[in-house]
Amino acid sequence: MLDALGEPQSVLVLGGTSEIALATIKEMPRHRLRRVLLAGRPSESLDAAVAQLKARNIAGVESIEFDAKNTDTHGAIIDAAFDASDIDVVILAFGVLGDQMTAEEDPSHAVEIATVNYTGSVSAGLHIARRLKNQGHGTLVVLSSVAGDRARRSNFVYGSTKAGLDAFAQGLDAALEKTGAHVLIVRPGFVRTRMTSHLPEAPMTTNPEDVAKIIVSALKKGKSTVYAPGPLRFVMAGLKTLPKPLFRKLPS
Amino acid sequence: MSEAVATQLSGWGRTMPTVAQLVEANSSSQIADLITQSSSRGVLARGLGRSYGDAAQSGGATVIDMTTMTDFILNPDSMSVTADAGASIDSILREIVPRGFFVPVSAGTRIITVGGAIAADIHGKNHHRDGSFGAHVTEMVVIDGLGEQHTLTPKDSKFWATIGGMGLTGIITRATFTVIPIQSSYISVDTERAKTLDSVMSSMMERDHEYRYTVAWIDSVSSSGRGVITRGDHASIAQCNSEGIKDPESYDPKNIATAPGLVPRGLLNKLSVRAFNEGWYRKHPRSRSGELQRIGAFFHPLDGVQDWNRIYGPRGFLQYQFHVPDTASDLVGVALSKLREIGAPSFLTVLKRFGPGNQGPLSFPQSGWTLAADLPAGISDLGRTLDELDDRVSAVGGRLYLAKDSRQSPANFARTYPRLDEWRGIRDTMDPNHVFASDLSRRLEI
Repeated sequence: MLDALGEPQSVLVLGGTSEIALATIKEMPRHRLRRVLLAGRPSESLDAAVAQLKARNIAGVESIEFDAKNTDTHGAIIDAAFDASDIDVVILAFGVLGDQMTAEEDPSHAVEIATVNYTGSVSAGLHIARRLKNQGHGTLVVLSSVAGDRARRSNFVYGSTKAGLDAFAQGLDAALEKTGAHVLIVRPGFVRTRMTSHLPEAPMTTNPEDVAKIIVSALKKGKSTVYAPGPLRFVMAGLKTLPKPLFRKLPS
Repeated sequence: MSEAVATQLSGWGRTMPTVAQLVEANSSSQIADLITQSSSRGVLARGLGRSYGDAAQSGGATVIDMTTMTDFILNPDSMSVTADAGASIDSILREIVPRGFFVPVSAGTRIITVGGAIAADIHGKNHHRDGSFGAHVTEMVVIDGLGEQHTLTPKDSKFWATIGGMGLTGIITRATFTVIPIQSSYISVDTERAKTLDSVMSSMMERDHEYRYTVAWIDSVSSSGRGVITRGDHASIAQCNSEGIKDPESYDPKNIATAPGLVPRGLLNKLSVRAFNEGWYRKHPRSRSGELQRIGAFFHPLDGVQDWNRIYGPRGFLQYQFHVPDTASDLVGVALSKLREIGAPSFLTVLKRFGPGNQGPLSFPQSGWTLAADLPAGISDLGRTLDELDDRVSAVGGRLYLAKDSRQSPANFARTYPRLDEWRGIRDTMDPNHVFASDLSRRLEI
């Protein structure tokens, strides 16, 4: 249960190696966390993520097996996680950036990106929503992206999956109104992570720790949409209304 | 059977609401059916929602609104009241005070139910001599986790597990408690202003036993810890007559105001509370005796302002109430200075002496001191500061009051209620499947 100061006791991360999700957990007051489930495909990096949190003396950290593409298994995995005890915060953090040029040449690569980022999220998101509604409280944090705000030449396959995910999350939030459950949509800009380490940095670049601070503060305040960094909200509002000829002249 | 309605519920502090299936109680058999047919989220009884934290809410569960069953009867010969659990102390007082009786224990609000008073084992200004509410209950009817009805008396361990059991042993449907005879609806009040916390506390140590009721208000903003001690007892007819009171038995407390629905954040801040506290301290004379106050003004001053909890704004507030034994009385001052350090503006800070506790394994009061401070939930560093205070309080054998708690850790709770396992053993016989669950019981892993 959340306490009166909004501090969670239990967290489930789908995409357990996500640097933003791990930073978010480290940002939470450690002495109230009783159970942290990191869900992902078994791997050394998932084990390392568990070890990383345990090294911080965070209680009840364990990994569970989860594959975003294997949607038939989502229901059972999520049910098992919720059956053991209530979950206060679920972070939907899995996703792949893929490679735009490869995707254009080989559409099966595009399908892979779409399956993980969109189809997998829709499946997991609906199962989570069902359980949050059943327990009458809890927040689903959806890691969206500013890439979904307006499609760009350089990464529109990835961007389109995030646009779809973002729209899905907005609708899910509406569907959960008055059930006690909430959705928090997080739209980061360029974040320095493994996913982006091969890319040149964009303006307003942040670190996972910066995004984590924004998420934890938004959870306490009960917000439903946040940008990271915050001022990106206004930049994106401007970009979304920019006429097409001008938008396409911007450096991609 | 009345229909369940998905309803957002929170405590009086308005923090962390959850949504439950709310059903109005209409009979014992309906309550038993709701228990036996409950979902895996469980069942919980709710009264008037005056506990500050998450004791009377239960996300996803069936929450039974007990305030639809409100019958009660005064038995003047046995000097007792037999009441439905949903009957309010307010309605009972309106009936029995004009007939010359008063409840054995009165909390700071009369807008509570009999069931809630038992489940939280409430205390009042007379705890130092009369104990808590549970000590005056002679019999109660409880429906257990299997839907079976039991009549419990103080000879049963199940009775004491239910006193202070926060509704987790069963659903109380009826109870009988003793009442005390009074001559008038007035309290004869002595007031003493003390310039330092030490002088407040030593005066209470010395003189509390001379009075039925005593309590001190502390100026939490002033570093002196100055305060105002009020002490009193029920006024006799002779006292009322000599003061020229015309109708000394009449009792009809009214709302004098309602708090506005929308309050901006930060209305209660250091400056506004400092101003209030200065005024409140100065309002009282250095010393005064024999002032006649109405029961409502003496016991339930905030009940005159409907929905006063709204003044804390949308983030809500919490009340930190702890007990420490006399051997650790210095913690009262430690707590006040720690809260002052983070600029926590509390205008309702109350200090009280407790007498011995009762047999209830989870009953809060124990001999010593109890301090309660209302704190806005939004102030920074509040969580860390209160966690530090929890450690200090638990280290000396003190504890927090579950009816007020909304934030302690499960470990702190288990450490400070050493009879928890004994209580769990009794609970497991009354509710083997753990049907009864609240957000409090989930948060504290009770």
